[in-house]
Formats: sequence, structure tokens, C-alpha cells
Amino acid sequence: MKAWFKSGSPWIWLNGGAVAFCMIMVVGLIGLIAVRGFGHFWPANIAQVEIIDPEGNRQVVMGEIVRSQTITAAVARDGGRHVPEGIDMLTRYLVKQGNRDQTGNDFAWYFETGMGEFQYPEDALQIERREWGNFYGQPVSLSREGEVIATPADANFWPLLQEAVQRSLQLYRDIHSIERGAIGRMNTEIERLRLDGRRLELSDPTPEQRAAEEARIATERARLDEEYAILRVELDALYQSTRRDTLRMRMSDDREVDLSLAAIVRITAPNAMSVPQKMAQYVERLWEFLSTPPREANTEGGIFPAIFGTVTMVFVMSIIVTPFGILAAIYLREYARQNLMTRIIRISVYNLAGVPSIVYGVFGLGFFVYFLGGNIDRLFYEAALPTPTFGTPGLFWASLTLALLTLPIVIVSTEEGLARIPSTIRQGSLALGATKSETLWKVIVPLATPAMMTGLILAIARAAGEVAPLMLVGVVKLAPTLPIDGVFPFIHLDRKIMHLGFHIYDVGFQSPSAEAARPLVYATALVLVMLIVILNLTAISIRNRLRERYRSASD
Amino acid sequence: MNSQTHETAGIAISASQARDNSNRAPMRMQDEKIKLSVNNLNLYYGQDQALNNINLQIPEKRVTAFIGPSGCGKSTLLRCFNRMNDLVDICRIEGEILMDGQNIYDRNIDVAELRRNVGMVFQKPNPFPKSIYENVAYGLRLQGVNSKRVLDEVVERSLRAAALWDEVKDRLDDNAFGMSGGQQQRLVIARAVAIEPEVILLDEPASALDPISTLKVEELINELKNDYTIVIVTHNMQQAARVSDYTAFMYMGDLIEFGDTDTLFTKPAKQQTEDYITGRYG
Repeated sequence: MKAWFKSGSPWIWLNGGAVAFCMIMVVGLIGLIAVRGFGHFWPANIAQVEIIDPEGNRQVVMGEIVRSQTITAAVARDGGRHVPEGIDMLTRYLVKQGNRDQTGNDFAWYFETGMGEFQYPEDALQIERREWGNFYGQPVSLSREGEVIATPADANFWPLLQEAVQRSLQLYRDIHSIERGAIGRMNTEIERLRLDGRRLELSDPTPEQRAAEEARIATERARLDEEYAILRVELDALYQSTRRDTLRMRMSDDREVDLSLAAIVRITAPNAMSVPQKMAQYVERLWEFLSTPPREANTEGGIFPAIFGTVTMVFVMSIIVTPFGILAAIYLREYARQNLMTRIIRISVYNLAGVPSIVYGVFGLGFFVYFLGGNIDRLFYEAALPTPTFGTPGLFWASLTLALLTLPIVIVSTEEGLARIPSTIRQGSLALGATKSETLWKVIVPLATPAMMTGLILAIARAAGEVAPLMLVGVVKLAPTLPIDGVFPFIHLDRKIMHLGFHIYDVGFQSPSAEAARPLVYATALVLVMLIVILNLTAISIRNRLRERYRSASD
Repeated sequence: MNSQTHETAGIAISASQARDNSNRAPMRMQDEKIKLSVNNLNLYYGQDQALNNINLQIPEKRVTAFIGPSGCGKSTLLRCFNRMNDLVDICRIEGEILMDGQNIYDRNIDVAELRRNVGMVFQKPNPFPKSIYENVAYGLRLQGVNSKRVLDEVVERSLRAAALWDEVKDRLDDNAFGMSGGQQQRLVIARAVAIEPEVILLDEPASALDPISTLKVEELINELKNDYTIVIVTHNMQQAARVSDYTAFMYMGDLIEFGDTDTLFTKPAKQQTEDYITGRYG
């Protein structure tokens, strides 16, 4: 035994065990998120089952089986449920039955007692809608302008239905592009005219100038009104057109409901799909999740604005933090006299890294948003007041707050990089008649770039995952617009953004339907993790390329 | 005592053999033109005195070697000639060093300008993390020379001077770190030569090299002394004997003896010098 200790094997086992433990944790975490997150997009079969309760009432339930649970009979009895004697354990199923507009609850638990066989009717449809969540049922007929044009018995029912869905989707896109594009631009112009008018009141023009300006505003206004009237007519026609088709569906309780195709996103019949079809459907849904904005209080649709907002914010933050951090580190390491004062500064910077992030949030809100932003508004956006432009949380302040939060990371790693450069290289440059700054910029800084990139990588990883301070300084539950678009000045630093981390919190804990939100939490978490991994890998590959180019002399 | 003389004679023979190989006439200080003149130099690191009242004349276009045991101050003295010691915060210097009659520690001396005239090669090869070409061109680029034609010419001339041209002419754009240690050291010499200094300081230039590379560097030094004043610090007494015209022996911050290499190695005036070159200590 003693010999075994002396041989060093216990250490190897201990260290190896620690590594294995870490690996299991990481793999387990990623695995859980991946399975739960990716599983959400697989088109589940729609089950139909008949339940006869102890009183003899018959009920038919249709929907996706989300999960099942086995509980003791005692627990079920405590819950007010009648369970026949002699049964100790019983299973219950959580069914996503949709149809929230009709039945009120889209998720419900059903006990196995009195339950018949599960059936999977081929014609059961899952209909994704823009409002009220999914609809599950069996089709009855498709109508156009009130006339039935096809029933499921007809061979061309399915093609006609898909064609009608495609048409209504196209109409929806047209409407959307008019509202967001042309009308959005018009609103911007009207807002500008309003500000021009306001500026006119604030300044003190001569009567002629005032008259000229007012006349100009009035003509532009009239022109815009005219254009708007034309667009309005066009829009009304489109809206009218979307109401052309309706689909009559029968729910599991035999009630029939008319659904307007205008509100339908997708109709699928998962029970009739083959595996390749399901795969295609899976990819389509996954892509939709990544590329579209959310619907229904974030419980449906995609997370594109959150991805976009996170990436934009991280980029703006990197642009702010990199020069500041690097310049500060260069001064501290290369120019500042190493005395008590620099030590105090250095310790303060290092300690900044340990300050809880919410404190940065409070500071950002108080100093950046209210003080700086308020003053910017007073100086440059006076006409828009009292509506704040920069005096309210937004992208720029969020990025600036995160830049402050990650500044110590960049400073510390840049300093370490500078300290690692062998002094012989410095002396070699100085001995050739280079001044200190020439040596610094031509030799030292290029050599330290890999270290700077390391700092930036760590900063990005930290910033992309941060949530708490962002809630105070610019991230919102639902942002109506993206921070970058086609309207001048293209990058809108004053806009509020969505963020994946906050989105997880919002969907998971602030959502009206916890069951509907659960898979989205996993899926969003997965996207966030992958986004951070992608950002990191990009930065790491840049760093490695630099490292290759400036291989350290000590290698 | 007897055996000691014997050993001294042995060294003297090998030294004079080296001399014969290079075919040089005996050196006499009074015939030389003086390039650098050290007068009453004292150097302190904080409270500790590292150089004690050094007086020394370094002749032009000759090789002068500093020898002595580790910590004797020979590298410190070398670094005084291009004011490298300025980089050490706690270093303080008294006395003067005249280069062509001008005190290089004078207040209105531009240190960068001085270092352009006094090149230096360090113990460990320290090429920059750039291409071979850019390493050699670095000094010229600092001076604002950007003409491709001029740079090409200087790079070739310098690499030829450092006996490196034939080895690297096909890979001038490769990273300098890809070269061997001996090549790197010659590259660093080429880099120093490129800006055409008047003096080249060599701080144990061959101590990190293998014997063949050492030989090449030594041959190079022999070539270079036609155009440059060379001061070399070395641990290796045979090397000092082989390459230098004049030798200074230093011990504990004092200049013990200075004279032409033949005399110093064959008939040292001081007991301490004799003890050192015969291997009593060091």
C-alpha cells in the first residue's frame, strides 16, 4: 500500500478522475440541452384516445403526447381523483391538445384509468397558427369565398390546401413588407417632419424663414398623406384577399370549427408522414426557429431577433473594449513607472473583474443611460424631447456596460502578453536605433496580438452569456425592430434589442404557458451555447493564425 | 611556479598560431587611431558599484575583446557604449565616454542616433518575428527608407557581409525563426551591419552556438573589422585570442589589464591576469 502511494499512481488516478468528472459534467449538460432542444422540432405523431371516466362519461382526446409519468395512487387520490382500490401505481400522460381558443387549455394531464387504445388517425392535422397556438383536428372541407371547393375525399384536397396555405403565406409576406418597408419609411419621414416642426418652434427664425419652412413641411406632409392613401388601398385589398379561403376542421369532441387560412402558418399531417418527410419537416422547422421573429408572447415562432441582437451587441462591445483595454494595458506595462500608484491601479482593475455584473447594470443605467444619455438628448436631440433618444436603455448602452464589465479581462491578458515578450527582442530593436514607441508599435504590439485576442475571446464569452446587467440597460422582451436595417443611419445604436440569455429567462419564467415554453428554453439555450462556441472558435482561429505569424522567439 | 609558466606558454603558442593563420602584423597601441575613449567611468546599480573608475581606449577598425569571469562587469561596460544601460531604471553612471571626441553621455546626444552608429549583437540570437528580409530592412525602415531598390541592395549587401546570402537568398520571405541558431546570429549581425554603424558591439555572440557556427561567426568578425570598430565580450579565452587585436581583462568591476592580445596572453603584466588565463579561476 505504501509502495502504491509512493509510486505516484494515486495522484494519477485522482487527477484523471477530476478530468473525467469535468468531462461528464460538460458532456451531460450539452447533451441534455441538445436532446431537449433539438427534439422539439421533430414532428410528433398525433394520438387520439378515448377515455371513459368512472361516471361513465365518454371523452375523446387528440394531441401530441408530451411525456408520461408514473405516480402512486395515493398522490392521485390526494389530488381529488378517484382511483379504484387495488391499484398502487398509475401512469398519467401530458397531452398537448392545442385548440386554446376553443377549449381554454392546450396542455392537460390524463390518467390511464379508463383509457382506450392510442390511435394515430392518418388524417389528423397539426395546424400552426399565428394566434392561439396549434390546432389539432381532422379536416372536413376547404371553402373559397364561402363555397366548398374540396373535401378530404377528393384526390386534390391536399394539393389545394397546401396551395391555399402558400398563397396566404405569400400575401402575409407582401403585407408585411409593405407595412415594414414602405409604411415604415413613411413613418420615419413623418417623424422627421414633426421634429423639423418642433425645431422650428425651438429656434427663433425670421417670419420669412418660418413661412418657408412651414410651407415645405406642409407640402411634404401632403405628399406623404397621398402616398399613404394609395398604400392603404393596396393593403386593404391584400387583407381582403387573405380572407378568401377557410378550412373547416372537426375537433376531437366532434365540434366543427372554421379556420381562416389568413392566420395559418403551416399544416402538416404527421401521422401520414414517412421518416424522410419528417426529416425535411424537421429541417424546415429548425430553420424557421433560427430565422424568424417570435410570435405569441415568445412561446411560438423563432428567435432570430435575439440571435441578431446578441451578435450585434457583442460586436459593438468588442469594438469598444478592444482599443480601450489594449491602450490601457500598454500604458500600464510599457510607459507607467512601476510604483505604488500603478500597483493600486492594477489591483483596482483586477478587482473590477470580480464585481457582480448586476452592479455594472445599475451603474450603466444610472450613469450611461440617465446621465450621459440624458445629456446627449438635451444637446443633440432637443426637438425629440420629451421622448428620449439616447436617454433610455438601448444597444449602445448595453454594449458600453458590457465593455466596462469585460475591460479588466482584456487589460489583464494584454498585460500578460506584453510581459511574456522576451526583453532581448526589445533590446534588439532599441539597439538598431529605434525609439521606444517605434519598438512598441513595430515589434512588441504585433507580438502581443495573440494575447490580446485571447483577452477578447474571454471577453466575448463572458459578454455573450451575460444577462443581469442587460435587463437594466437595453435588452427587452420583444423588440419591434432590429438594430441594423435599411433605414438611415443603418446601425441604430439607440434601439432596444433582444438577447438570447434574456430570452431564455423570459420564455422560461415569464411566459403564460410554461409547458409550451419548456422546449423553447432548451432550444434557445442550445443556440446561445452554440453561438458562443462559434464566436470563440472564430476568435481562436484568428489567434492561432496570428500566433503562427508571430511565433514567439522563446519557442 | 614552474608549471604555471609552462601552461602560460602553451596558451601563448595557440594564440600566436591563430595569429599566424590570420597573417597579422603585431599591434601597437600608440599607432592606433582611437575611436572610443572611456574616462573615469563609474557605474552604480542602486547602491552597488558595478564598474570602478574604468579608463580605456578602443582603437578604430580593430577588434577589442573584454574577458573576465562572470559578473566582472564586462557586459555592463559594453552596454555603456550604446547606452543600453539607460533601460535599467536604477543604473547611474559617472564619468565620460568619448566617441570621436564627443561625450556620448552628453545631455544633447540623441540616444537613437547614437545607437544607429553603435550597433549591437546579443548573446542569444534575437531576430524579430518577421521575414528574413524585413529583419535586415528593419533599421533602414526606421530611418524612413522605403525604396524597394535601396532596400533590396542593402539587404543583399548586408547578408553577404554576414556570409549568409547564399544560404537564404531563396527564402528571404520566410520567417526568421525558421533558421538555425547560427544563421539567426549571423542574421542579427547582418541586421546590425545594414544600418552601417561605426562601431559594432558583440556580447558573447557565439556562446549559444555550436562549434561550426562559432567558427563562421569568428571568420565573420575577422572580415568585419576592415570596415568597423568591433568590441567583443567573450567567456572563451581561445576565442579572444583568435579574433581580437586588443584584450581587456576585467575582474570585479575593475579593469585589471589592457593591452594588445599577444602581449596580454603571453606576458601578462599582472598576476591576476595570469591566474585567469591559466585557468586558476573564472
